[in-house]
Formats: sequence, structure tokens, C-alpha cells
Amino acid sequence: MKICVCIKQVPDTAEVKLDPKTNTLIRDGVPSIINHDDRSAIETAIQLKEQYGAHVSVVCMGPPQADIALREALAMGCDEAYLLSAREFGGSDTYATATIIATALRKIGFDLVITGRQAIDGDTAQVGPQIAEQLHLPQVTYAEELKYEGGDTLIVRRQFEDQSHMIKIKMPCLITALTELNEPRYMSVKGITSAYQQEVNVWGFDALKDDLNPAWIGLKGSPTNVFQSFGKQLRQAGKVMTGLSDEQAVDAIMAKLIERHII
Amino acid sequence: MAKDIFVVVEQRVDENGVCVVQKVGIELIGEACKLAKDSGDNVVAVLLGHNFTDQAQMLIQYGASKVLVVDSEYLVPFMTEPYVKAVTQIVRDYEPSIVLFGASSIGRDIAPRVAGRVHTGLTADCTRLDIDVAKYQDFLRRTTSLQPEKIDALSSPEMAARLDPKLLKMTRPAFGGNIMATIVCPAYAPQMATVRPGVMEMPEKNPNAKGIVEEVKVDFVPEDRNVEILSTEHPKEKIVDITDAKVLVSGGRGVGGPEGFDLLRPLAKELGGEVSSSRIGVDNGWIEKSRQVGQTGKTVHPNLYLACGISGAIQHQAGMESSECIIAINKDDKCPMMEMADLGIQADLFKIVPKLTAAVKAYNEKKNQL
Repeated sequence: MKICVCIKQVPDTAEVKLDPKTNTLIRDGVPSIINHDDRSAIETAIQLKEQYGAHVSVVCMGPPQADIALREALAMGCDEAYLLSAREFGGSDTYATATIIATALRKIGFDLVITGRQAIDGDTAQVGPQIAEQLHLPQVTYAEELKYEGGDTLIVRRQFEDQSHMIKIKMPCLITALTELNEPRYMSVKGITSAYQQEVNVWGFDALKDDLNPAWIGLKGSPTNVFQSFGKQLRQAGKVMTGLSDEQAVDAIMAKLIERHII
Repeated sequence: MAKDIFVVVEQRVDENGVCVVQKVGIELIGEACKLAKDSGDNVVAVLLGHNFTDQAQMLIQYGASKVLVVDSEYLVPFMTEPYVKAVTQIVRDYEPSIVLFGASSIGRDIAPRVAGRVHTGLTADCTRLDIDVAKYQDFLRRTTSLQPEKIDALSSPEMAARLDPKLLKMTRPAFGGNIMATIVCPAYAPQMATVRPGVMEMPEKNPNAKGIVEEVKVDFVPEDRNVEILSTEHPKEKIVDITDAKVLVSGGRGVGGPEGFDLLRPLAKELGGEVSSSRIGVDNGWIEKSRQVGQTGKTVHPNLYLACGISGAIQHQAGMESSECIIAINKDDKCPMMEMADLGIQADLFKIVPKLTAAVKAYNEKKNQL
């Protein structure tokens, strides 16, 4: 089985702040991490490899610094890594990103593609399905359980808001992973050592250009663009009361509930 | 020439095997009607499923002037490919100017593939849509930190010459709610967006509304069923939709465990509301996922959000900041939730909540006697 895992390196959004003057993100000093859902995608692939034998490739589009995310994936147990990095790829929206990644996946070859459900920075959940669309693959999104049934068959539990489905799907196919799938492992010391002895394959525009329409990628090739970005106005500051007795606290809340016609 | 606003209305098969129209579809028809007033378009609902009863008429009563119905056994139970095929065919044949989907797990499954197949843009999880520039400017002035001169520039003659008057401005949170961005899709059609459930207002129903119902034929083939649904599980307990609740009593890290939520339930009941949770309660298995508020949970705007032991991470705020009144009980008087609350009480919730429950109960009883 040949598995390709697609990951994204993201800023830890819990740490990101907005510059109120420029309306841009302050990224200085904010750690970059492998996106949470993508980590579960890596773990799923490695578990399949350990149980049934598989070759696991990990693919990441991003700036040269994303090398570290790929080495972490190698240290977890992936077999080879590809960094898709080029000036031409910059500014890509989900359509353009999916176009670039799908082109790389065709070149690498796969039976199974696993992506995370969504990245914590963009939160779109669109790149996975759009890769599947470009590769003409059936998909199961929101996977919370995955079993290999032998041959080319997987059984996946798909989460819905109010129900779940057990779905049988034949490879080649694409799955988008939820963190519910598993508890991703840490890198092993041996893994870290070998991850730095391995090469990360760096593919720029030239490596993919024979199969890539330059009009469909990057900022110019993206159907959507950012029109404005801004922070939210803070709510009007309320009242914070400290050092109250229990009775005073209850009275204060009751007064507010009555004032706002809640009771 | 692309025209009209299409809303893909989602249905689910419930535990009794009945197709039920999801609320987000109705919310989107309401929103589409407001946009259509500004752009002079019609609102067309797209209803996919099998063995309908009177759903199409209901969508007309909520404001659709036309309903396109695709009725096929291929559409029940939900599978990605037949839905994508049907919506793609409609987009190609009718050439709408805008297509809206609910940002539910079904909408987010199919919309990216439809956008990919017709080669257009898609904006995910929108919380606001505008066509009219003046209304968009008003929204920016009221709720954002954008500089006034930048907002004014949007209606300058140079800008007006450059912008398509029908350009849809799709606003959404990003970076875990730290930043808002307005996305546009100027060069490709249709302009497509998914919209978070519970964000747009439910429209009024007009029982006298008239509209057209048109059946659309899609040639499904067995290969369209490219996966097999083996079984469907509905959780045993009835799932409560917290987005409907007028009052939410919400617990966070400070409630300490499932027994902490047991303390909140009687209070929620006395206030006529429901219990909800921040992410930590769900991740620790203290409470079910359907009650989670926040970026990865639900967006709520109740009349009262009573935050008990919730510090108020930005991801949580993204789901509850438009609550009408926020009261926070927390030991830490400096946490973000206390700062954003209308009233913040620094106290031990384990002491306060039972006493508050008793006080509300006594108040209600007294009121009922009058």
C-alpha cells in the first residue's frame, strides 16, 4: 500500500495576536507546529504501515521553513518527505493549493491519500476535498475511525453533527482525518536522528511545471482573494466585581438577570 | 450573464427515516432574500433528496421564489458524488451569480468539490455576506477595527469604477478568530460560500407566498455511488441544539469534571436554558460534543451566556461573543472572559452556582404566584 499524507505547517493560533494599527498578524515569536488534524493523519498512516506494511510519503506545501515539519513527520515514522516550495505557489487559495498538491501526488503515486480535516489557521476544510476532486478520487471527510479490511477496502466512520456513518470505500481514495482518530505519537530519539540523515525532496515550480498550468496557481491563479482583513472591535467593557461574599455575588447576578429581562 | 442567488438546502434522514430540511438552509434563504433586494436577483432554493412531501412549498413560504427539486433514490442516504454531480449540473445549466451552502459536515463535504469541478472560488464558514457597499461599510464601522479612512475609500469613485456592483463580500473569521477577513471572487462564477449554521437570522414564514417548483432531471449511474454506507448510528440521547437556546449556562476547565456539569444543569433548567461547554469539557469527555461552543464547536448568540469557570480563549470567544448578555463566574478576575463579560464575578462557582440556582428558583416561584 502506498500512502501519501498531506500536512500543513501552521502558526499556533492560540499564540497569534493582531497588530491593532496595521490589522496584520503579529507572527514574531509564534511557534510553528504541524496542524493538529494532520498529525492524526500521519499517525493513521504509520499505524497502517506497522500493521499491514505500507510506504508512507509525507507532503507539505509551504516556505522553506516547513522543512522542520516534514522532518518531524519523518521522525514519527514516515518513509519519505516532499516539500513543495516556490515563489509561484505563494498566495494560493484552496483551489490553487489543491491543484499544486494534486499534481505532486500524481507524480509521487498513491493508493491512499490522507489529509487533516482542516487547518487551524485558515479553518476552511476545503483543500482535502479539492485534492480528491482534482484526482477524481472518492472521499470520506470527517473520519473518526479507520480500519483496513484487506485488498483495496477501508471501513471508515464518518462523523456528522447528529449521527455517524460506517462507510466502505475502495482505494484509491482520499480520507480527511479528525483528531478523534488516534493519539499521535511523539518522535522517537532514533527517529529524530534518522530524520536528519534523510533528504527532504524539495520540489519547486520546475519540478511540476510539465503538469501544472501556471495560470491556475499562486495569487494570480486563485479564484478568491482577500479584499480586506481586520480585527474585531472589543465589546464595551463590563464590570468585574471581586472580593464579594457569596450572598453579594448572587445578588449582583440576580440584579443583572432582572435588569436584562432574563428572568 | 450570471444571475440569481441559489441556496443549496440540506436535508438529513432522521432516526425515523424521514427527510428533514436542516435549519441552516432556511437561514440561508432568509439571508439570500436580503442580498437579493440589494442586487435585484431572485432567490432559488435547490432541494436534493428522495420522496419529498411539502418541503418545496415550505421553502417558498420562507422566501424562495423558485425551488429546483432533484428527486432520486441516489440522494438518500447522503453520499458525496451524487450530490456533487447534481449541484454541478444545476450550476452549469442555470449559471447562478451566487451559490450558498450551509457550513455543515455535508455542505463542507460537497461545496469544495463543486467549486473544484466548475473551477470557481469558495469561501468557507462565512459569518457575514454583503453586496451593497454602504451596508458593508456600516458593518465595518460598527464592528471592526478597520481605520475609518480605509472604510470610506470603499465608496470612492475610483473604487466604484473598479468594483463589480454585484460583487459578493464574504466575511469570515480566520486564525482561530484572531482576525476577520473579507474574501471576494471577482473573476470566476459563481461566487460560492458556505455559511455557519446559527449565524444568519431565521426568516418569517409567509403562508401566502407563491413560487415555482421545477423538477430537474439528473442522469445518475451506479458508478456515482462510489462508496457504500454500511450503517448509520443515531446517538441514543436526543441531541439538543444549543444554538436554539435563549440561555446557555456554560462550563469550562473550572468545573473540574462531569460532576461540575451536574451542578450547572439545575441552574440551566431554572433559567429555561441549556448547558454548554468550552472545548476542554468535550475533550475530557465531561460532556457531549454537540454542546461545545467555539471555533471548532457551535456559534451561539443567546440572550444570556453564563460562563462558569471558562477563561475565554479566543477560539471560545469566536463562538459566543455575539451573546446579548455575558456573565462570567471565575476565580481569576483577570482572565479574558471576565474582561469581555457584561458582569464578571470573581468567586468559587461551586459555592455560587447552587445558591444562584436557589435564588432563581425562589424568584420564579414568587413571580408565578403573582
